[in-house]
Formats: sequence, C-alpha cells, structure tokens
Amino acid sequence: MVQRVDWQALTLSLRLAAWTVAVLLPIGILLSRELAWRRFPGRRLLEAALALPLVLPPTVLGYYLLSAFAAQSPLGAAFGALFGHPLAFSFAGLLAASLIFNLPFAIQPMQRAFEAIPADVRPAAACCGMSTWRIFGNIELPLAWPGILSAVVLTFAHTLGEFGVVLMVGGNIPGETRTIAVAIYDRVQAFDTRAAGLMAAVLLGLALVAILIAYSTTHRAEPRRG
Amino acid sequence: MAERIVNASTGAAAEEHAATADADHERLSVRVVQHAPIPLDASFECKSGELLALTGPSGSGKSTLLRCIAGLERGAVGHIECAREVWLDSPLRVNARPQQRSVGLVFQQYALFPHMTALENVEAALGHRPRQVRGPRARELLASVHLAGLEHRRPGELSGGQQQRVAMARALARDPKVLLLDEPFAAVDRVTRQKLYRELAELRRTLAMPIVLVTHDLDEAAMLADSMCILHRGRTLQLGTPQEVMTRPVDALVARLVDLPNVFDGVVRARDAAGPHTLIGWNDVTLQAAHAQSFAPGARVAWTIPVSGIVLHRRDRPSRGERENPVFGSVETCLALGDDTTIGIRVEGASNALLTLRVPTHVARRNGIAPGVRAGVSLLADAIHLMPWTADREA
Repeated sequence: MVQRVDWQALTLSLRLAAWTVAVLLPIGILLSRELAWRRFPGRRLLEAALALPLVLPPTVLGYYLLSAFAAQSPLGAAFGALFGHPLAFSFAGLLAASLIFNLPFAIQPMQRAFEAIPADVRPAAACCGMSTWRIFGNIELPLAWPGILSAVVLTFAHTLGEFGVVLMVGGNIPGETRTIAVAIYDRVQAFDTRAAGLMAAVLLGLALVAILIAYSTTHRAEPRRG
Repeated sequence: MAERIVNASTGAAAEEHAATADADHERLSVRVVQHAPIPLDASFECKSGELLALTGPSGSGKSTLLRCIAGLERGAVGHIECAREVWLDSPLRVNARPQQRSVGLVFQQYALFPHMTALENVEAALGHRPRQVRGPRARELLASVHLAGLEHRRPGELSGGQQQRVAMARALARDPKVLLLDEPFAAVDRVTRQKLYRELAELRRTLAMPIVLVTHDLDEAAMLADSMCILHRGRTLQLGTPQEVMTRPVDALVARLVDLPNVFDGVVRARDAAGPHTLIGWNDVTLQAAHAQSFAPGARVAWTIPVSGIVLHRRDRPSRGERENPVFGSVETCLALGDDTTIGIRVEGASNALLTLRVPTHVARRNGIAPGVRAGVSLLADAIHLMPWTADREA
C-alpha cells in the first residue's frame, strides 16, 4: 500500500514552525515593545516594512529572498563560507525565509498588546521599586500575554500553511525543504487526490486546534484584565 | 527667580529647636529646569510633615514637575534632594532612577496593576522587605486605608474611591521619603471626594514625610495644604501659605491664577501723613491702602482686594465704617447663588471698572440691590494689597 500521508514532510513543517516561533518570539517581543512605546525617526517606515509580507505576493518575497540567499550574493556567500553549504534550498534558508514572512504575524498582535497597557502602569511599577526585569516579567508579560499567545499561534499556523515562499526558496527536497503544504501540491500534481485530501485534513485539524487553544486561553485571560 | 520663591520660613527654621531642625533635614528641595517636552523652571521646598499643593492651570507643568521628583522625566536639569539624599544633581551627573529614589507616587488614574489583586498591588511595592513580612504588611496598609476585606479584589472590581485607596496604600508600602499625589481626587465623584479629603487629612497625621499634592482645584489646595506653590507655564511664581498666596499674590498674574476677581491698575500717590497708609490713585478715586514700603510715589502698581474686604453700605443706617475708602457705582450684575449673592458694580470715577463683591443674599435683598441701582461700598484699607505693575497681561 502506498503511504498516504507524507509524515516526513509533516514533521519537517512542524520542526520549521517550532523553530520559527522559538527564534521569532524573543525578537518579536523586543521589536514590538519598541514599536509600541518608543518614538524614533523612521518608526513609521519600519512598521511599514515589517507589514510588507502581508501584502506582497509570496512569489515576489520568495524571489527577493532567493536572490539574497544565492551563493553569489554577500549573504549567501558568507553563509556558504561559514557552514559549507548554500543557504538557498536548505532548511536554514527555509527558516530564514520563514522568520521574515512571519514578522507581521508575530509583531502586530504583540505590538497591539503592549500598546494596550495603560501608559502609567510601567512608571508606577518603577516607582514601586521594581527592577526593569521584574517589571517585564511581572507586569508587561502577564498584561501582554493574550497578544503574545496569538502571535505564537498565528506564526505557528501560518508557517505550516505557507506555500509560495517555501517553494521559491526551498524547493522540494524531501527531508530538507519539502513541507506538508508543498507535499500536498505535489500529490495533487500527481493526481493522488486521496493523499492530498488526507494531508489537507491533517493540516486543517492542526490549524483548528491551534486557533482553539489561542481562543480558550485568551478568553480565560480576559476577566483577569478587568 | 529661584531665591524669591524659597519659603521665607526655612531660613528661620535653623534657629529653632531640634524637632524643627530634624524636619528641616528631612525636607524635599527641588530646583529643576527642563526645555522639552514641557518647559520647566521651578523651585520649591517642602518640609517633613508638610503638605504642599502644586497649583496652576492645566498644562502648567504640575504633573511633569512631580514626575521629575520621581525620576520619571529623565531630561530634567537641576538639583533634587530629599531627606539628605541627592536624587538629581546635574553638574555632578547624578540622576537616580525611579527605583533608587524612595518615592510614593499616586498617579492621576492610579495606574494600578490590573492583573493583580489589591493585596498583590501593595505587595509589589514591598520588594525591599523580607518576603515573609510582605503579606502581613500589605494587609496592614490596606486596613489603614479602610480596605480590610477587599484584599482579593482586582482593580476592575473596585470603585474609583477604593482604587484611589489601593494606590495610596501602594505608594506608602515602599516606606517613601516623600509622598507625591498627582490629582488624586480628580477621578472620583463629589461625595467620595469629600470622604477622601477627610481620610487624607487623617492619614497625614501619621506620616512624617513631605507630601506634594498636585491639583488644579484652588479650594482643594486651600483646604488640605500647609503651603501652596503657584505654577504657570512651568515656572513657580509664588510659594506661601494658601491664605498668603490667595490674599497677597506677588503680582497680577498670580492674582488672576488664584482667581481673584478684583485686580486693578493704580498709581502710588503718597504716604498718608495722618496714618500708616499708602495712598493710591485709581483713576479719579484715591484709596488708602495698608502701608507698602516697597512702592515709591509715582510708581505704577497693580492692586487687588479680596471679595471679603469689600463692605456694602447699608441704605437705611450709614455707619462710621463707610468713611473707609467709599466708592460708588451702579450695580451691573446681581447673581444669587444659594445663600450668597455676587454683585458687580461699575465704579464711578474709575473708568467704570467692575468691582465684584459677595454679600449674604438677605443683605442684598434688604438693601434693594438690583441691576441699575446706585450703591456704595467701602474698600477696607488693610485688605488692599499692592503688587508691582507688569506689562505681562497674559492669562
């Protein structure tokens, strides 16, 4: 019997999503705090640049990333010299692309959450003698928690589902760059609709579970915000 | 500028006995200049146990000045010292962070931590105490602001007045060297406000630290404060007791800021040979004022008289008191507000300046005061206060 679900592709997708969340979360928290509270020149431009992946066709984003990752480009050359294999069509390249196209999904919910913290709450914490780290851990994180959680869920689910950029940058190398979304496309091309349908259902289930987790946690968090 | 503001009583304090000297050492002294975001050029002192009201119109920089003391405005330049600790000394590059200054600050909207209970809010400010005493101490503080039993409510489950009390308990939890209150009564209804006034007055007696209250409400300042500092466009204009500031403003601008209705221009005529008076000309009217040494004959002055220093002449029975600075005019406005009636009179011979006085409503009625009627009043000489004339007429 032919294997219906490409488990290797699914594991790779989950691995990519987990890595993306792990790397993007700290970066996103730092960036979104700055965007929420600090006024600096070029802030609007930075915000616009970070939102670009929302409106840019995935193939366009993928094309630029592919050019940047190519062995001839400074970035690609530097990576090749350091790790001995090219950035394009590798898991590392896929992760780098995933970090970039997920920026708006990670930053926007967190920025909104940090912005929603009342202006005087952090100064009040400082006046209570709390250190910067305690303010971050005891005040900012708990208050921004629903936003951080939805950033995690959105990033995770969106990484599982991204297709265009992944195909442009990673190609379709089993075990290295073939994600579940690419595998589905692959099966459809081969008229294996049963396998495609099964994998699509698995993805649908995962997405539903992720959203459910986010919703239930946010709703439980809401009365606490009072 | 700075020298003029310093409370006259601090100089004399050194010669007094030890208790006063202690209070003097525990005092808060502030001198700050800032250009942006809000310009400041302010200085004042507040002794331990003293409640100083920082008063001024909105946008005058009161809250910003308070935040400078707490270390929340990082751009301020100057010198801030509290209880012999230097918090800000720009030449020496000292600018302690808020965490390093022991201040208790009650924010305008209280800024409670919304995800924490009342108890946790207070405990959050007890980080300097051993862990095992934080809980009991927080309960004790909440009880002292009449919140026993509500320890486990979150801010969203408390009324405005209760939130203010939590904020007060949290501010005191840090065992601060100065208590800073930023419009703490602005966000509650009138009945609650009256209650909170009484509670603050009661609480104060147990607090041995300088207290600075920011308020735009002059009545509030007069009722609660020992001293009052008038702030306008970031500058401290006058520091004194509320009585002093509100009856003897240093200039016409302060007079207007403390809402004195009767501020007029005049010229010093002469010293009264017969008595301890200075004679001033108010257009064609000559008035006797309490002697003011600093004004030479011929000098232009601004002068003011509180509404309580104006006596309405009785229609039926003239009295001796009416010989004191009598002026006459026609009643322009006559507004009864409750038990008091506010009367505006266009004064004859004073280019129809509008003089405002307040009398009990029954007195106004008995004397037939109504718009258009001619009335006489006496301006009590001792109540007339002379101020240097300034071209600065901005309000």
